[in-house]
Amino acid sequence: MKRHKILAPPKWAQRVLEWYCRPELAEDLQGDLNEYFYRNCETKGVRWAKLNYIVDVFKFVRIYTIRKPEFINFLIHWLMLGSYIKTSGRSMMRNKLFSFINIVGLAISMSVGLLMIAFLSDLLSYDKFHVNHNRIYRVCDTYQNLDQKPIRLASTSVKAGLRIQEDKTGIDEMVLMRNGFGGDARSGNQVVPVGGLWASESFFKVFTFPLLQGNAATALREPYSIVLTEKTAKKIFGDANALGQTILFDTTAYAVTGVMKDIPALSHMHFEMLVSFSTFELPTHHAAHDMKWEHVWSNYVYVVLPEGSDPEALQRRLDKISAEENAALAHTKIKLWLQPMNNIVLGEDLSNQIGPTMVAAVPWVIGILSFVVILSACFNYTNLSIARSLRRSREVGIRKVIGALKIHVLGQFIAEALIISLLALVIAFGIFLLLRPQFMSIAPELANIVRLDLSPRIIAYFLLLAVAVGISAGFLPALFFSRINAVYVLKQTAGVKIFRNVSLRKALIVMQYVFSLAFIAATIIGYRQYRHFLTFDLGFKTENILNIKLGKNNADLLAKELKELPEITNLSRSLMITSVGSYYGENVKYTDPLDSALVYYNSIDEQYLPIHGHRLLAGRNFTAKAPDAEETEIIINEQVMKRFNIGGNNPAKAVGDFITFHGKKLQIIGVLKDFHYGKVDSEISPVCFRYYTGGKGRNGYINAGISTTDLPATMDKIEKAWKKIDPVHPMEAVFYDDQIEKAYSEFSAMIKIIGFLSFLAISIASMGLLGMVVFTTETRLREVSIRKVLGATEGHLIYLLSRGFLLLLAVSALIALPATYYLFDQVFLSDIVHRAPIGISELLLSIAVVMGVALLMIGSQTLRVARSNPADVLKNE
Amino acid sequence: MKGTNIGEFEELVLLTTAALVNEAYSVAICDELEKHTGRQAKLGVVHAVLNRLEEKGLVKSKLGEATNVRGGKRKRYYTVTSAGKAALIRAKEVRDQLWSIIPEMVLKRT
Repeated sequence: MKRHKILAPPKWAQRVLEWYCRPELAEDLQGDLNEYFYRNCETKGVRWAKLNYIVDVFKFVRIYTIRKPEFINFLIHWLMLGSYIKTSGRSMMRNKLFSFINIVGLAISMSVGLLMIAFLSDLLSYDKFHVNHNRIYRVCDTYQNLDQKPIRLASTSVKAGLRIQEDKTGIDEMVLMRNGFGGDARSGNQVVPVGGLWASESFFKVFTFPLLQGNAATALREPYSIVLTEKTAKKIFGDANALGQTILFDTTAYAVTGVMKDIPALSHMHFEMLVSFSTFELPTHHAAHDMKWEHVWSNYVYVVLPEGSDPEALQRRLDKISAEENAALAHTKIKLWLQPMNNIVLGEDLSNQIGPTMVAAVPWVIGILSFVVILSACFNYTNLSIARSLRRSREVGIRKVIGALKIHVLGQFIAEALIISLLALVIAFGIFLLLRPQFMSIAPELANIVRLDLSPRIIAYFLLLAVAVGISAGFLPALFFSRINAVYVLKQTAGVKIFRNVSLRKALIVMQYVFSLAFIAATIIGYRQYRHFLTFDLGFKTENILNIKLGKNNADLLAKELKELPEITNLSRSLMITSVGSYYGENVKYTDPLDSALVYYNSIDEQYLPIHGHRLLAGRNFTAKAPDAEETEIIINEQVMKRFNIGGNNPAKAVGDFITFHGKKLQIIGVLKDFHYGKVDSEISPVCFRYYTGGKGRNGYINAGISTTDLPATMDKIEKAWKKIDPVHPMEAVFYDDQIEKAYSEFSAMIKIIGFLSFLAISIASMGLLGMVVFTTETRLREVSIRKVLGATEGHLIYLLSRGFLLLLAVSALIALPATYYLFDQVFLSDIVHRAPIGISELLLSIAVVMGVALLMIGSQTLRVARSNPADVLKNE
Repeated sequence: MKGTNIGEFEELVLLTTAALVNEAYSVAICDELEKHTGRQAKLGVVHAVLNRLEEKGLVKSKLGEATNVRGGKRKRYYTVTSAGKAALIRAKEVRDQLWSIIPEMVLKRT
């Protein structure tokens, strides 16, 4: 017998044959193959025989052997649909708790899925309205100074654009753009602040932005031409015809040569108007260095490649251009490269993007997490259905006796799962509508990028999701039921043996809890890290400082108004706000003319250091100077001193020495203790302070120290002061602490999302656990009663009933916690510089939360059963 | 008339089936063919041919008794129908006729 078993042909190959072969041919074909198999075993060895068998199985896949789809089955399914719906309905009504757990769990998880679908579909349909979207590429830059880390930029230089334009072989169209055009547009008495881009004349050939008025081919050709979007035109001219009108920016007059349709929401660039690039090219409208090869900061070049051409060819030309131009540079290397437009929104995180983009990892992370949540709800369904198989197995038995085939039972239970998942979809859709505004408000960036609007296509995806969820949740139970042996089920009244698949159910519960624990641990670790960033000692103080953006207003006038308010304790001025992720940098040299380093800077007045509590290690603060005074002094931080080894790294000796800042020799008057100029997640870098002299264009901020008990009233007064100076522009004033919080808003958004998902995951897992506990305790009710009669204590019974579940939870914790710890320690947080240590306390807290909920479920149910009166239970027998 | 014309291999299979009388099932037919022609007869090919012959009505089949030699699977025995016999006889007649008109010297072995 044993020998025979070893010599059987591979089981799976037999299954394959059975599956595809027509039933009337199957038997003798199997026999034939068996005969050959045994013969081969004798002559050529078992292994060869097995191989041959497998090959033969596949060789027999022929037209005449393949089973034809049995239309009669479809017919039967169709006829039986009414019965399926009726029995499913009855079964749902009979087990209200289980149906509730299933439908609510699926609905909650599916609402997250719906959100995800809308989110992803928005991201993937970006820029698809451009006719040439598959052929448009952006020319980007990699900028590397000496051996510093290269910076990847979305922008490029005007020079690069012009070099590409010289020879347009292999390019259908190209456009050169520059950002930063803006100001107050005047037309008659109307003053409207607007912003936009300079764009060369082929703009409308590259992109598909239809013009409502004007000629697309020539609208951007002549200098001082301007194309407005419909919305902007309405803002400036109301309902009057905009075409041909004149707009004044300062004293320069621009002619409106076109009005374009508003930009679709899902476009990676947004602007209110376009100005002809030929305007910028006039010598009066740019500085000489704007045209240089190394000025790669604010221009964008897009090209349209011919149909079916290889971007590699153009890349080779770009490499050649880069090499030629780099030859003239001493310390800088710039490389041009091509980025397909389809990858812009959901692609690499480049600096100087033309509009908001999304890091590609974000949708992946959220997508995987919501998938896990949906999976968890499916597990609930699978688990509870199989656990309840006892109740329904007799129904299946009778169906089978009457004549249902395996496939019919399978169909019935899949249909049941589909009914439940479609019911859940209705609820999920309601939750989706409630959730959508919440999701959009999690991070302001999100609302800029996606709309989450509904469309027939999205609705179709929703239905598809429901069907997919229904099938995947119902497949295992359906398979399980379809395999039930009718004779066995009907004969065996107790049916204990059907209660199999226990290990599968245990595995599913463990997986649910592993995910839940990992989620909540991730949330807690992330939140700790976030708090760590916010409360980090930056090296200066930020409390109660209001930063007011000056715009184009006269700082002295505003300062005078503000000083009259008693709530404002002191005022300072600065070019920019540190520690929130903006950077101003210049090259600095010390004695060696060949050794230069990029040093970040801020320009400040003499009040700035005291207000912000910066500490000087040596030397003195700036003294007040006339606005037009020559710049002679500079304050450096320790990093600058160490970088160049000034004064033997002794602050006191460094004071009085000179450094060359952007070609100007400046005397060091003070050395500051190091502070965080950049965000906390990067290292402290060399920074210096220059004296703030206002200057054109870069007006910067007023930093007002505020001391008040009635904040809204104070803000009102400040607002009024602002209105006196500038009635046109709204005031932009933010507290420093709020600004810092905003700088980490991506982080907090991510924590909120993961936190929310982990809440859902725990709820769903807990509901599933509750269902299982209720089920197990109910089936063991009689056993418990008998034990009680025989003298078991309540404590003992609770232990008995909950033992299995506690073990599962312990196993989940043992898997989840080390895995989460490892992931965060080695992967997610590994390149963050100032990271909060992952303490055991976080992990323990996560266990405590999850286990607390789980224990509550188990405890309440087991207690109920353990307290039940054995007499009541047993008398029903 | 389509259906009574049979190809060379079909004819061979049909002949073997007839020759094996009550023992004609796929594996035996394969073995017999190999023995007489010296060519390797693949089961897949023979199976397909038998299936085609049955469709044409030249053979009929029925399942035999279960034994324990083939993993408990029954054999499908084939017998030649009268249409099959007619087809065989006709094929033989055609050949005989052609043989009879060949002058003797042409095929004389030298």
